[in-house]
Amino acid sequence: MSTIEKAPAKGKTDKKPAVTNISGSVAVLEAFLAEGVDTIFGYPGGAIMPIYDALYDYQEKLHHILVRHEQGGIHAAQGYARSSGDVGVVFATSGPGATNLVTGLADAMIDSTPLVCITGQVFAHLLGTDAFQETDVINITTPVTKWNYQVTDATEIPSVLAKAFYIARSGRPGPVLIDITKNAQLQKFDYEGYTKCDHVRSYRPAPIVRKEYIAEAAKLINEAKKPFVIFGQGVILGKAEQEFIKFIEKAGIPTAWTIMGLSAIPSDHPLNVGMLGMHGNYGPNVLTNECDVLIAIGMRFDDRVTGRLDKYAKQAKVIHLDIDPAEVDKNVKATVPVWGDCKETLPLLTAQIEQKVYPQWLQKFKDMMKEEEDTCITPELNPTTDQLTMGEVIKTLNELTGGDAIIVTDVGQHQMVACRYAKFTQSKSNITSGGLGTMGFGLPAAIGAKVGAPKRTTVAIIGDGGFQMTLQELGTIMQSQIDVKILILNNQFLGMVRQWQQLFHDKRYSFVDIESPNFVQLAKAYNIDGNSISKREDLKKAVTDMLNSKGAYLLEVMVGKENNVFPMVPQGCSVAEIRLK
Amino acid sequence: MKQEFTVTVYTENQIGLLNRIAIMFSRRKINIESLNTSPSEIEGIHRFTIVINELEDVVKKLVRQIEKQVEVLKAYYNTNDEIVWQELALYKVPTSVIAEKVKVERLLREYGARAVVIRTDYVVFETTGQRDEINKLISVLEPYGLIEFVRSARVAIIKASKGFHDKLKEFEKKEPGEDVIENEYLGKGGEVFTM
Repeated sequence: MSTIEKAPAKGKTDKKPAVTNISGSVAVLEAFLAEGVDTIFGYPGGAIMPIYDALYDYQEKLHHILVRHEQGGIHAAQGYARSSGDVGVVFATSGPGATNLVTGLADAMIDSTPLVCITGQVFAHLLGTDAFQETDVINITTPVTKWNYQVTDATEIPSVLAKAFYIARSGRPGPVLIDITKNAQLQKFDYEGYTKCDHVRSYRPAPIVRKEYIAEAAKLINEAKKPFVIFGQGVILGKAEQEFIKFIEKAGIPTAWTIMGLSAIPSDHPLNVGMLGMHGNYGPNVLTNECDVLIAIGMRFDDRVTGRLDKYAKQAKVIHLDIDPAEVDKNVKATVPVWGDCKETLPLLTAQIEQKVYPQWLQKFKDMMKEEEDTCITPELNPTTDQLTMGEVIKTLNELTGGDAIIVTDVGQHQMVACRYAKFTQSKSNITSGGLGTMGFGLPAAIGAKVGAPKRTTVAIIGDGGFQMTLQELGTIMQSQIDVKILILNNQFLGMVRQWQQLFHDKRYSFVDIESPNFVQLAKAYNIDGNSISKREDLKKAVTDMLNSKGAYLLEVMVGKENNVFPMVPQGCSVAEIRLK
Repeated sequence: MKQEFTVTVYTENQIGLLNRIAIMFSRRKINIESLNTSPSEIEGIHRFTIVINELEDVVKKLVRQIEKQVEVLKAYYNTNDEIVWQELALYKVPTSVIAEKVKVERLLREYGARAVVIRTDYVVFETTGQRDEINKLISVLEPYGLIEFVRSARVAIIKASKGFHDKLKEFEKKEPGEDVIENEYLGKGGEVFTM
């Protein structure tokens, strides 16, 4: 136990020095209160029963939401973390409860979402005996957690949980899993209060900022003729939206986003030139290979953003700002690496750059947007076809919410269309499974997003396929009365896979033809009001009804069966080879 | 071109850490040729010595990912030129043959081997050296009826290292000095991850 250190006394949050005798379970809940946790998403079971028993007395202080499946619980916690900017907390029991968390952990790991998951475990003396509901959750979750730890002795609980919250939320955030054996939950021990952790000797949350590289980066930016800013979720995770906007406004540089960075700046910002990547906008993709200085901020050059790497921005000098040193040079070689928290590095950089504008360069983005509008956007947003398009549904939603809603998406065509066309006025408003591409993420994540930002309208945009992966969470919505607006865009296909089969597999539609139940009736079974439409003239009223409904609502919109998402960078192609049709 | 690299990792001594480090190699389908993990000169700090054959670019990225792990204090990678390394080997040979053939004694002296156990039925010799030296002694002993052979993992000292004591003191501070921060090699090119 050499690694669980006591943090310095100044971080103390509990003023009562009195020693009390409490159980490990109570210590878990006391830790939550000290860390400012207000909501837990969970599902009880044998090995976590002592914690649930303790929770019975903490119901007033800790709001527990009973989910219908642990995967739903962890996705909800992710949604909560993403809309609130705080740590999401999950309870699950041992064995199947714990293994059901794995998809969510992997999703949170790759999308840097701060979570603390508590799993129950069999009694310590039963470890390794194939006891009932025993599984080696620590080893199963090691590759998909930022940190994990098994507690077998209750006295460790306060310091381990302090470390868990510190690691989850500091630096590049990520999921932490703490596995607590049943004996440790039951064990009584002398509790000396809770001390927050603010230092772990083997862990550096953020590298020290090197001033000389800030100066080098500023020099490159000041000398650039065609600079281009691309950013990701780092701006949101660093709570550096204002710093970022000040930077781009002084630099006057056209700015594009990854889907994880979406909503960090308002959609109508004059320097916003759109979305990067496979289904991103035409200009940002093509001009990535034309800019002379590429400034990447809080993003990790995912292959869905870069396309073919050996043809990606080869002409450009690259400045990469990231908090995670392992991201620099991982995919794209940086000319100047600026390591550190962008909340700290951006103001330093802003101070050293000249106030500039690039009207001709910015015009180039606008010209290409015009071209994209003619070929892709107008047919999608103002279609002349009989069938509705996903794009016009999003457009209608924009008109009615004014861009103030939180948009949670699942994975697939609807996700790309939503990211392309949804408008945002404030940060932390686009919640999607970016890195892992987890179908089934949308509905439970929307539950958590609503709980994390209760005053905001939350719309879950989900495909007919993804909805059927986690629709059991309608039960959670019903029981906990979560005001989530569910917008199913039903094309009666697993659309994205079908699009690929059409384009790259000679239209051999292999198992993408998916049937669905009557979603409206299904919602009604859960006491959730709903409607299904397929005609353009019904769209505006239907979306209005959904937004105005009291409480949860399900709206199914039948859209064109074989509509495709364009533009598209085909796999193995460079971003400059993006296809408009 | 792939070449042999020795990865040295200083870690906290915690259950499960071996797995956390090992899967970073297997995830990238990199075979671990040799792995030693043992307490370092500092109490509570473990030292891993891992030998792999890889491209330098791959190793560099891998080492950064290893260093990112919460319980890893520091990770380095070195080519064979940059380290002093040894393996230890044990050879079990029938005593009858050894006793009869005087040549064996001369051989063992030549290879710096020493007897660890001498019994009426067998003798166990020990030698330390590099891979090819140890291999050579195997081939030499084989005609004399080598019964069993085992070798240890590589242990290696980094030539340029000034030790870990001072670094650890820095890690224990909240605001460590520049020489232990992660981006110590920035702009230094070739000196990447050497102490």
